[in-house]
Amino acid sequence: MSKLPLRARLATGIGGAAGLMSRMAGRGDGSVIGGVIALRLDPRLLGQLAAGKQVVLVTGTNGKTTTTRLVTAALASQRQRVATNAFGANMEAGLAAALGRDQDAPFGVLEVDEKYLPTVLTSTAARVVALLNLSRDQMDRAAEIWLVARRWRDALADAPDCQVIANADDPLIAWAASGAKQVTWVAAGQRWREDSWCCPECGSHLLREEDDGPGHGWHCGECGFARPAVSWTLDGQAVVDPAGHRYELELALPGRANRANAVVALAVADRFGIDAGQALPAVRQVTSVAGRYTTVRRRDRNVRLLLAKNPAGWLEAFDVLAAAPVPVVLAVNAQGPDGRDTSWLWDVDYRHLRGRRVFVAGERKLDLAVRLEADGVPFQLVDGMDEAVNLVESGGDLDVIANYTAFQQIRTAFGRTA
Amino acid sequence: MSAPASSLRLLWVYPDLLSTYGDRGNLLILERRAQLRGIQTESISVNSDQPVPRQADIYLLGGGEDLPQILAARRLRADGGLAAAAADGAVVFAVCAGYQLTGAEFAGEEGQPLPGLEIIDISSGRGDRRAVGEVLADVDPALGLPRLTGFENHQGVTRLGPAARPLAKVATGIGNGDGTEGAYAGRVLGTYLHGPALVRNPALADLLLSWAAGPLPALPDEAEQWGRRLRDERLAAVSA
Repeated sequence: MSKLPLRARLATGIGGAAGLMSRMAGRGDGSVIGGVIALRLDPRLLGQLAAGKQVVLVTGTNGKTTTTRLVTAALASQRQRVATNAFGANMEAGLAAALGRDQDAPFGVLEVDEKYLPTVLTSTAARVVALLNLSRDQMDRAAEIWLVARRWRDALADAPDCQVIANADDPLIAWAASGAKQVTWVAAGQRWREDSWCCPECGSHLLREEDDGPGHGWHCGECGFARPAVSWTLDGQAVVDPAGHRYELELALPGRANRANAVVALAVADRFGIDAGQALPAVRQVTSVAGRYTTVRRRDRNVRLLLAKNPAGWLEAFDVLAAAPVPVVLAVNAQGPDGRDTSWLWDVDYRHLRGRRVFVAGERKLDLAVRLEADGVPFQLVDGMDEAVNLVESGGDLDVIANYTAFQQIRTAFGRTA
Repeated sequence: MSAPASSLRLLWVYPDLLSTYGDRGNLLILERRAQLRGIQTESISVNSDQPVPRQADIYLLGGGEDLPQILAARRLRADGGLAAAAADGAVVFAVCAGYQLTGAEFAGEEGQPLPGLEIIDISSGRGDRRAVGEVLADVDPALGLPRLTGFENHQGVTRLGPAARPLAKVATGIGNGDGTEGAYAGRVLGTYLHGPALVRNPALADLLLSWAAGPLPALPDEAEQWGRRLRDERLAAVSA
């Protein structure tokens, strides 16, 4: 604490008090407002708070919050104290608030919004950066993803001491990471491929081997840019480490995407000398992440909450759904954080939902209704979660897929027990 | 009234390059509205490494980021299939980046003018700021369509030549940049309403279908109810 300059100490003190008041007022996790105030008092705060810490940054379109949590669990399992933005507040203010809350922690594990990675990388002098995936998301306010990848590439090229852990199966990620000096390549898989038809280097067609599993190649027929050789592999339910040791993952978290997140997290932990065998027991114990994957008991029904914010995320969420005929609620909003444009609904293939009851909720439920109608998926509009819950037989299960603000509204309605 | 054609070939041009945000919606809406009338549809997606067949009835062009748009224009010019089909009277529906590249020129990634397909008399450049948000526009009365509702997300400015007519007059939003929105000439129609533009504008979908298939019977109310409710909600939300 004392190593911070006076102005920074004042800033974190005042920011911390504001965060506490925000939490007491029930206005959220309190993780942003404190950081906003603190950064206004001292814009260099993030760098000062990061000084002397080993900082890990996690970014990508999907899986940031979960991977951050898994890395934190792996490091904490070795009795390391970790400062982290566990609630997904991933712009500069949220990062400052997270580091300010635990200034003596030797580690900082931070998820970072895609747009902010270059500046945060510079200000925190991060030791490790994990790059998960890149796909279309909130196009009304976010930059084109190729531009995002190019900015990452430039920033990583200017950070020669940084260790990059990158998903070699995502061509845009591979291209962004190939600007870095030190890269550990992970075969974490890629199911959503609609944003990687073209070579990020030259724009020509990427050629892929047909097989859908990870560990399979892609390359550009024109310029020769190709999937790098990997040292970590997600192989079905298991991870294979660089020495060839195979560990069953046996995660509590469901789905292929979380297995991919776990493999990246294990590769990050390995950079700090924690091998997969040491890290896995803690990684397996993570059961829910900021309300995601939580099962809530509601009027004698088991309601499980899944977050999906963009087409790639919905594809992964379908993978996690309980087997039909367990019914599902779909809830979509189009507030600022969600993106105000609902066009992306038409990039999701809802035919996966045939054969189960589908309830449609959220502020843009009519957009969803027209979308499901076009895919020939029968549905029923509901006014809120309670109506959907009442339509499920007592003792039954109900899955919920919601986008960002719809998810937060449901958590609030459930009293944040979720 | 003669019976509509019994089948239609719908061709989605370069979904690998021109499908930024929900462009598949236009294909799905055309399929559905044709099939509900007993018109069979055959939908073909043609990627940019394949030749564009000339025999389809309706060609769809979607939106795209700068580099894919440039690549698409280059390949479509070299291929020639789309321009030939348009010259033969095929229906072309082009959205956003696809709309720009149907004209004489459009802006490249640094704003430089690049040659388009010249299948409609328009020319596009880059504006000063990005147009992002909901759009309302009143359609040329000659087409007899209700108000357009949609979402735009582009930085283009489009000028119409004498051989093209504005599709609509902007009530909310930016559109072409001069108070008009979109353009049409013959059976080629383009708009800045991006992505699944036909979802909230089923009458526009029917116009395209009727150009290809002849006069169409109305759909039963139950087939229109969700689309109407969505349309009414968006019209009310944006006018408010």
